[in-house]
Amino acid sequence: MIETTQEELAIDCFLLAGRMLIQSGAETYRAEDTMLRMASSQGLTDAQSFVTPTGIIFSAGHKRPTRIAQISSRTTDLEKIALINSVSRKLTAGVFTLEEAYEELLKIERTNLFFPIWVQVVASAIASGCFLILFNGTWIDVPFAVIIGGIGYLIFLAMHSLTKVKFFAEFTGSLFVGLLSVLVIKVGWGYQLDKIVIGSVMPLVPGLPIANAVRDLMAGHFVSGVAKGMEALLTAFAIGAGIALALSF
Amino acid sequence: MDWLIQGMLSFIGTAGFGIIFNAPKKTLFHCGLVGMIGWLIYYAFLQKGVDAVFATFAGAFLISIVAHILARQFKTPMIVFSVAGIIPLVPGGLAYNAMRTIVENDYAKSIQYSARVFIIAGAIVMGLVFAEVFMQLIFNGIRKRKAKLSKLSS
Repeated sequence: MIETTQEELAIDCFLLAGRMLIQSGAETYRAEDTMLRMASSQGLTDAQSFVTPTGIIFSAGHKRPTRIAQISSRTTDLEKIALINSVSRKLTAGVFTLEEAYEELLKIERTNLFFPIWVQVVASAIASGCFLILFNGTWIDVPFAVIIGGIGYLIFLAMHSLTKVKFFAEFTGSLFVGLLSVLVIKVGWGYQLDKIVIGSVMPLVPGLPIANAVRDLMAGHFVSGVAKGMEALLTAFAIGAGIALALSF
Repeated sequence: MDWLIQGMLSFIGTAGFGIIFNAPKKTLFHCGLVGMIGWLIYYAFLQKGVDAVFATFAGAFLISIVAHILARQFKTPMIVFSVAGIIPLVPGGLAYNAMRTIVENDYAKSIQYSARVFIIAGAIVMGLVFAEVFMQLIFNGIRKRKAKLSKLSS
């Protein structure tokens, strides 16, 4: 049996892991599973956890306090998910002690694992160009899709860090993609408006919520599954509204 | 030549999405590979004249299966590989047309396009679900077999 302070450290550690998993965009069932595995490896076998995309309730069992962790923002950070997963694996395998695992998790929380902004923008620009061709576009339009895709994603990132409202950022990003594409066509440089728009708007597509919603629904987490599905739908709606507004000019 | 271009572009595009979603650096190559496999299957079915719904389903199914296998190998969560891979299958063109027809006040056409978008998005989802169930059955089978073998040998 662990001591009281040790116990508190353990619960802190599990909550931190669960919170960071959800914040990085992991599936709900993975967060629950990770927390319970870590708990049972530390002797808290009757622990229970209830995870939703906006908060975690974790109870360590008899007489021990039930704790809540609030989650206000979610991004897509696959590397963080993989790192937390490996910490939890090491803890359950006995490679890490509880203190080491907690230290490691704190270190993961502090470090920014994202690629530099310019790499992200370049990646989205290149991806836009690739998708233009994949969707039967012409090679002449590729440079426009590359530039507009990069600018659109940059505007999305800037608006997101400025306003913290994800849907608004997606809306502005796709609005600018639409406006720039219309401009390129009006000036007479580009050929196919629709292909340029589709290619350039691809970096904003909500891939993670779609994939997660399915896996959560399959695991029986209907609350999270519906919430994530709603997130994907709202994002799609924000992108569509931005494009529609740009086209109506 | 056409196939080569399609394969290469889908590889680069999906790897680019891996960067946007911040996939671990050592898995970026495999992310691209997953996307390429999914897209080539989708493309092959389309070239054969198969309906886009089934082609999307087949692509998503294969993406999920490969992602599961890679996840076992790398000991990382499966979504690291599948998330970027399904992006090329998203029906962007149809969604665009649905939006365009709304702007043009042609709601009847817009509903047609929207229904198609929903069906294809549903095909992606069903592909992921089928693969999930399929892989669970296979992994359970392997586990049971291993347990049986270790019982026999002990």
